[in-house]
Amino acid sequence: MATATASMNNNKSVLWDWLTTVDHKKLAVLYLIAGTLFFVKAGVMALFMRIQLMSAENDFLTGQTFNEFITMHGTIMLFLAATPLIFAFMNFVIPLQIGARDVAFPFVNALGFWIFFFGGLLVSVSWFFGGAPDAGWTAYVPLSSGEYADLGLDFYVLGLQISGIGTLVSAINFIVTIINMRAPGMTMMRMPLFCWTGLVTSILIVFAFTPLAAGLALLMLDRIFGGQFFVPDSGGNAVLWQHIFWIFGHPEVYILVLPAFGIISEVIPAFSKKRLFGYTAMVFATLIIAFLSFMVWVHHMFTVGIGPITNSVFAIATMAIGIPTGIKIFNWLFTMWGGKLTFNTAMLCASSFVPTFVLGGVTGVMLAMVPIDYLYHDTYFVVAHFHYIVVGGIVLGLLAGTYYWYPKMFGHKLNEKLGILMFWLFYIGFHLTFFIQHILGLIGMPRRVFTYLDGQGMETMNLVSTIGAFLMGAGVVVLVINIVYSAFTSERVAVRDPWDARTLEWSTTTPVPEYNFAQTPQVRSLDPWFYEKIHGDGLMKSAEPMDEIHMPNGSILPFMIGLGLFIWGFGMIMLNMENPIMPPAIVIGVGFVVTFGSMLVRSIKEDHGYHIPLDKVKKIEKEVS
Amino acid sequence: MSDELSKPFTESSLSKEELMKMNRERRVQIITFAFMIFLTVLAFIAVGMEMIEPSFAIPFILLLAVVQFVLQLFYFMHLKDKDHQWPNAFMLTGIVVATPAVIALVLLLGVTKY
Ligand code: HEM
Ligand SMILES: [Cu+2]
Repeated sequence: MATATASMNNNKSVLWDWLTTVDHKKLAVLYLIAGTLFFVKAGVMALFMRIQLMSAENDFLTGQTFNEFITMHGTIMLFLAATPLIFAFMNFVIPLQIGARDVAFPFVNALGFWIFFFGGLLVSVSWFFGGAPDAGWTAYVPLSSGEYADLGLDFYVLGLQISGIGTLVSAINFIVTIINMRAPGMTMMRMPLFCWTGLVTSILIVFAFTPLAAGLALLMLDRIFGGQFFVPDSGGNAVLWQHIFWIFGHPEVYILVLPAFGIISEVIPAFSKKRLFGYTAMVFATLIIAFLSFMVWVHHMFTVGIGPITNSVFAIATMAIGIPTGIKIFNWLFTMWGGKLTFNTAMLCASSFVPTFVLGGVTGVMLAMVPIDYLYHDTYFVVAHFHYIVVGGIVLGLLAGTYYWYPKMFGHKLNEKLGILMFWLFYIGFHLTFFIQHILGLIGMPRRVFTYLDGQGMETMNLVSTIGAFLMGAGVVVLVINIVYSAFTSERVAVRDPWDARTLEWSTTTPVPEYNFAQTPQVRSLDPWFYEKIHGDGLMKSAEPMDEIHMPNGSILPFMIGLGLFIWGFGMIMLNMENPIMPPAIVIGVGFVVTFGSMLVRSIKEDHGYHIPLDKVKKIEKEVS
Repeated sequence: MSDELSKPFTESSLSKEELMKMNRERRVQIITFAFMIFLTVLAFIAVGMEMIEPSFAIPFILLLAVVQFVLQLFYFMHLKDKDHQWPNAFMLTGIVVATPAVIALVLLLGVTKY
């Protein structure tokens, strides 16, 4: 043990530390950075698209570039920005909220991050090899088939396949963590709602990303190895892709929005100084939404021509989701009702989430009515609808979470004045951009077009929409300024609980020591930290004596496995290149060896981690408190 | 404990009851295995022998498949054992979610191909 202790005192470089970390708090920061970078990238693409659509018959972008931007914008926002940002908070908060020292498999956690990251990188490098994918984020065949789409789509298929593996292993890790690592007394029905939604989201990922992986594999076989799954002339079925994609695709939107619900359900009680109204109902509503989300995929395919009976069944199933969602909306409202409200930035974002999300939900139910969908389908009405969900729902939730958990993550608060400025810029910009798109859709502007004709009454509204988009952009710039500004000027948060909140993560010292809890806490009620503040002595009771703490060692292997998969995937894409610089088989071979070699090393090298000795734990505890 | 290290593992760390349970478990596993081989043979006969009508053989082997599936889950994957509520819940969820999707796909796919 004494020898193992030495390994933690190494003074390796900071970079090496971050590349090899398996600490869930550091991985959360990595997810946050990667997600933000991808978010900014896709956001800039959105601005370019809005500039193109600013006036009629504009020629700022060519049609081809516009298609590539649309595809990359959607793909990046959903898979490579929203998902990792949500994972950032899940990683940081869930172990703290359930009173655990780390996730169940710290190594797998790092593996999930690096595989996701390299998968995202693979999608992104498509720009340098003949252009990005251009068949929309849904990649419908035959648009995405070998016949019509170039190399870009191979990057889409393999990049998403790889990053999907990362997402899957992380999700499995979260499930095991939440089921097995809860502190004594933390029963399922005492878990904070963010943990619940995190659990349900992880389950959805396991059930939804597997069909996606299968679909992508089929498309890969079609494109690279001459398969015919989606080629009707050879007996394949083009509609099959749409089914597979949306069996994944609809749960995907709930994968993203449920954690946002969770964040809202943490922030609103904290700043209303009240417990969450209808906790049990919230949990069951979450479960019902998750279940129903697998029963509604055909609502994306109403106009395919499957038939009136099928369409009606799926229309009714879709409308049924409105019921549990409505339960949630009312519970948030009742939580605020009669509470002692504090409107800081986090609360502004969280409370304005509620009406915005209702708007997105209402248009969703409108779209679920089949005859009406025949009018709305593939117009800007749909674009407006899902942006009310993704921006007004997910992004506002993420912003609320950022302002709320920032002091725990980085040891200081974000500036409130800049925060409020950001909120209003973003919120007004958001409604300007997307509300008017409802009307654009109703007067018949189709989505995914790169320009429109003069004199159809669309110029003004498109201009307004573009102005709104720039306001949102300004909001994001203010956020970035705020992050830099606060890092220099904000005073350090020295207390455990700067917001006077309710859940277990606020019982840890700031900054959180690498082992989170020196002694595992004993949970005695829902909102355990609040309970101890009112009924106890203001500190968590501990469930075990202070002892030395067993910690996992860092490892570069997750990074290597991700890198190996990247090379391997790239080699597969080279199979489709006209004249690759070297034989693809070599690249594939190298990737294969790096991936499985790293796995082999991991399997045969014994690594029992190290122990932090008792006196060191005591010393750290004294320093931070 | 340390004085028992010289004894074989089964004597030092397993109680009588645990040993009996293990033996019973082994017996159950072998019986299930034999039974499943038997089902497989039945399936082969149903398809291989010309005398049996396909209209009977197909539902018949599908039924056998379902039985096998359940046996696999409960005996080989230990869903029958106690403390397996979580795996049970997950398998059940998976089945409940996947079955309608598969049925719907089978029904719908013939209709429109492109
Ligand atoms: C910064 C604000 C945003 C702006 C200005 C914006 C703008 C746009 C535009 C112009 C389109 C193309 C519409 C069309 O012609 O069909 C689009 C599509 C899309 N956006 Fe956004 N967007 C923003 C944020 C987001 C976010 C945060 C997400 C997801 C989390 C998202 C997800 C999507 C998706 C999935 C599509 C559809 C892509 C496709 O059709 O393949 N957007 N967006
Ligand atoms: Cu949907």
